[in-house]
Amino acid sequence: MDKKIAVYICAGCGIGEALDMEQLGKVATSECKAALCRNHPNFCSPRGVQVIKDDIANEGVNTVIIAACSQRVMYDVFNFEGTILDRVNLREQVVWSHPAKDEDTQMMAEDYLRMSAARMKQLLPPEPYKPEQEMSTDILVVGGGTTGMTAALEAAGAGYRAVLVEKDEELGGFQKNVSKNVTFPFKNVQDNEIDKLIAAVKSNENISVLTGSKVEKLSGGPCLFNAQIRQNGSTSDHHVGAVVLAAGWKPYDPEKLDKKLGYGASPNVITNVQFEQRAKSGKITRPADAQAPKTVAFIQCAGQRDPQHLAYCSSICCFTALKQAIQVKQQDPKANVFVFYQEMRTPGQGEDFFRKAQEHGVIFVRTQAPEVLAKENTLAVEAFDELLGEEILLDDVDMVVLATGMVPATAFGEDFKVKREEGEEKTDEMVASVDSIFISDILNLDYRQGPELPELQYGFPDSHFICFPYESRRTGIYPAGPVRRPMGISNAVEDAAGAAMKAIQCVELTSKGMAVHPRAGDLTYPEFFMQRCTQCKRCTEECPFGAINEDEKANPLPQPTRCRRCSVCMGSCPERIISFRNYSVGIIGDMIKSINVPDEFEEKPRILVLCCENDAYPALDMTGLRRMSYNAWVRVIQLRCLGSLNLVWIADSLSKGIDGILLLGCRHGETYQCHFMKGSELANIRLSKVKETLDRLVLESDRVRFETVAITDYEKLPALLDEFAEKLVEVGPNPYKGY
Amino acid sequence: MVDVETQTILVVGGGMSGMTAAIEAAEAGREVYLVEKNPYLGGRVAQLHQYFPKLCPPYCGLELNFRRIKNNSRIHFFTMAEVESVSGRRGAWDVRIKINPRYVNEKCTACGKCYEACTMEIDNAFNYGMDKIRAAYLPHEMAFPQRYVIDPALANSPLGASVREACEYDAIELDMQPKSVDLKVGAVVWATGWSPYDPGKLDTLGFGAYPNVITNVMMERLAAGNGPTKGAIVRPSDGKAPQTVAFVQCAGSRDENNLPFCSSVCCMASMKQAAYVREQYPEARIYIFFIDIRAMDRLESFYANLKQDANVIFFKGKVARINEEATTGNLVLRVEDTAAGSLNEVNVDLAVLATGMQPNTSLSPLPAFAQRDDYGFIASMEVTPGFFAAGCSRTPAGVSESVQDGTAAALKAIQSVVRR
Repeated sequence: MDKKIAVYICAGCGIGEALDMEQLGKVATSECKAALCRNHPNFCSPRGVQVIKDDIANEGVNTVIIAACSQRVMYDVFNFEGTILDRVNLREQVVWSHPAKDEDTQMMAEDYLRMSAARMKQLLPPEPYKPEQEMSTDILVVGGGTTGMTAALEAAGAGYRAVLVEKDEELGGFQKNVSKNVTFPFKNVQDNEIDKLIAAVKSNENISVLTGSKVEKLSGGPCLFNAQIRQNGSTSDHHVGAVVLAAGWKPYDPEKLDKKLGYGASPNVITNVQFEQRAKSGKITRPADAQAPKTVAFIQCAGQRDPQHLAYCSSICCFTALKQAIQVKQQDPKANVFVFYQEMRTPGQGEDFFRKAQEHGVIFVRTQAPEVLAKENTLAVEAFDELLGEEILLDDVDMVVLATGMVPATAFGEDFKVKREEGEEKTDEMVASVDSIFISDILNLDYRQGPELPELQYGFPDSHFICFPYESRRTGIYPAGPVRRPMGISNAVEDAAGAAMKAIQCVELTSKGMAVHPRAGDLTYPEFFMQRCTQCKRCTEECPFGAINEDEKANPLPQPTRCRRCSVCMGSCPERIISFRNYSVGIIGDMIKSINVPDEFEEKPRILVLCCENDAYPALDMTGLRRMSYNAWVRVIQLRCLGSLNLVWIADSLSKGIDGILLLGCRHGETYQCHFMKGSELANIRLSKVKETLDRLVLESDRVRFETVAITDYEKLPALLDEFAEKLVEVGPNPYKGY
Repeated sequence: MVDVETQTILVVGGGMSGMTAAIEAAEAGREVYLVEKNPYLGGRVAQLHQYFPKLCPPYCGLELNFRRIKNNSRIHFFTMAEVESVSGRRGAWDVRIKINPRYVNEKCTACGKCYEACTMEIDNAFNYGMDKIRAAYLPHEMAFPQRYVIDPALANSPLGASVREACEYDAIELDMQPKSVDLKVGAVVWATGWSPYDPGKLDTLGFGAYPNVITNVMMERLAAGNGPTKGAIVRPSDGKAPQTVAFVQCAGSRDENNLPFCSSVCCMASMKQAAYVREQYPEARIYIFFIDIRAMDRLESFYANLKQDANVIFFKGKVARINEEATTGNLVLRVEDTAAGSLNEVNVDLAVLATGMQPNTSLSPLPAFAQRDDYGFIASMEVTPGFFAAGCSRTPAGVSESVQDGTAAALKAIQSVVRR
């Protein structure tokens, strides 16, 4: 497409008073080669917008640069279909944060115009990815327990076909062995209705149920997944669009428990899971002699909330113990039932159920470290009762039930990382943290980075558990139920619906060539210029989503539907062969090159600020909104993610005479805030490598810096920017200046 | 036959649950109306300083959600709007929305000239009345949409005209009237959230009588950089940095006379706030008076870490009464030590009441068919075919659970409007 660029410079909100508009217009038409440039007192008014619309209609303008406010506002007003649009942020980041009628402020505005024009010259309108293969919108659900069955039904209920894979011969999962439930709103013990759920799944014509089966290999990506499923000794291929991972949980191994809890010392010490199996038989009896117990002690947090065992709380054991205690009481109202607990955790309306157990006469003993004393034929529990403030000894206990916790099915198996490291040489280089991927034999992903989802913590495979709980590090695969986080039935049922929603959304977006979260709707995707690839593997290793496979010669095999468009690959590539149509090493490079760097350093150093578009950039806007001021030497470029930082930009900047480069990215490490998990961490690592090179070239490494900035850090930004500028004054001018 | 049914989804409430329901449905290709009573989206989380357990700013995730809204032409949202009436059935609901006057129209550029010209001050609701704000204001700095609001008191006063004069863009309409909008929708998601339980009902705990007794939601504003003290956690009575802070858990919650249920998030919220205090004042001592600490699942590690801090004292016992020491403004907490069976007195500089969640469904009218439970929550997700409840309309929920619930509700809504 031949671009006809028009520049619209708004004079509103103080811009007109602060800047020399005529001069800006000259930069637009002469330097930026805009076909036309117009001013208006406020372009966001209906009349202002009409000016632009008229030019599009009558003048053939197809590329619009609006130099006004931040792109974060008036997004709905400046929205012209069929044109390429860029917004130059003259308001928040120039006139609101720098002195009016000032030479430096003016230079800043002019540079931003040049940078935008440089960008617009290169940028191409997106063309959505359309694979040759047909796109599937079917949902694969792995795991036929409560969560998996519900997810399949929920997807079917919205009009999507589901394939449900269950490893056991029967559907039902853990709940198959459970007789009674307590579910939201936690009023009473109820009959387990798992059989109704199973029947509903089996009779739903949109659900293919594959029991006694497993996913042997899952390859491809959203809408293009091929699931190779083995059942009864034969393998079949299923073309699916997205995956709900509902592989469930396994009970913590009671053999590993502290001996003080008595497991193994007496057959009458059982776990909460074993209790369910006994209750399922119709009568609750103790193992030793199949007699109904007269005195039962429930011991909570067995191997939980304990760094030696499970460090976390399994969330549902309190409810389970209350339910089981009530079941004992219902069987024999005269039975003595004790619950030894550290902390009773029955949130929300669940508090009612705690009261219900008290009404049934269950006795609660608050204690931190109870001990089970197993003698020949008897059991006793010794504990310090915190409410009485004294040691108590409960004698003649018929049965002890230990509340062991839930371990996600994804937490089992050898760590892929360990396996991989064995075959690799160790280097001293600073490298990005490698995630644990446990070879749990659930999805068997045909992915270069490993066969299952990377874990976040304790084997749970999610990635953003506060804000975006269904997200994982593998696009189109949504963990749900206890594999995502320990949870009970009511929560799992709801989780299944949520995960089904995400899976449906994934196939809807992907089938239109759009990205999923967090850049939902983005129509661009990375294109690889393979002729120049050196098979260095950086892109395949660094992609936070494992989106890029490799052939046997280490050539990258991009899977566009697996891509989240963070552009980390683009930053990783030393050959700069990875580009998006509207975002590339070349585009950002040209923006940098368009900056006018004065020869004289005195009062005119130049600082390139590369920042995360989601956090640091809005924070800079807020600085402007607050009318806080910082030096006018900075030139800000927002990146999709700081992880897309390509080191050539640093080289370009320094060789151009730019005095310093500041990266503003999100917190990384264990409590990362990066929406792409690894982006800011990778940028920091790349920068550390540049510093070594700079030292070698006798260029001060102080010229480049990484700072962590949260979106709410706007108060701190001016000081941070000015301090860096002062540091550069100290360091002196870039020796390449003027060359 | 003309099909009068529509597939558009209405979400009531623009907080975490509602915003999520709206965005998730829209990103799956559905048309969505989102109705929010505040002048901004984001709900209660917009007023939080940080999230537990990562101690990260809610605005990081909110900004992303706002971007999702900006990029999605299928979401149509109304602020300062409330539902007046709902009638109809699945696939064909008639909903009347009342839009309260903002006195500022869409021409507003947020340039701030009205603010400069405004001399009237009002209580700042965003900061729970802890400071004043000019009556021509942005609800808060990161408010989305970024558009000013004129308080009715200003609009109806002679000062209003001069503020209107200051606007260069004709954005102020002092005669703006409430407006009704009728929407025809196929499904409704009710996600109206919660309000802090009225601490005035806890008559032994001194809120209102003693300035240094505050609530957990106020603590969030004190800690926030855009709060009334620019992030300095200080005593309301004298602006002094507190050296001892007490967190009073279950202030009204798990209490048959107040909120019999557990509000689910207050334990984590108080521990998070203890971390705020510890960060600001390395010498400060913290008491957390609790019944049970409910740090569910992996949140346990936050609790485990805080227990390692020698300056944080976890004290099992319910605070029976708070009195003020008149000379110092300090507070004397009478606490029953259940372990020792004794009554203790603890003297602190600042006391924070962990008040619970009062569901807004218990405070405002609901369609007649929507059954409430004993506590005022809507009792189930599917209230009636085509009408769903999400988030704290249904059960006390934290951020993550609200997102989970909102996502699930989005699917339920889609299912109810999908052509069969």
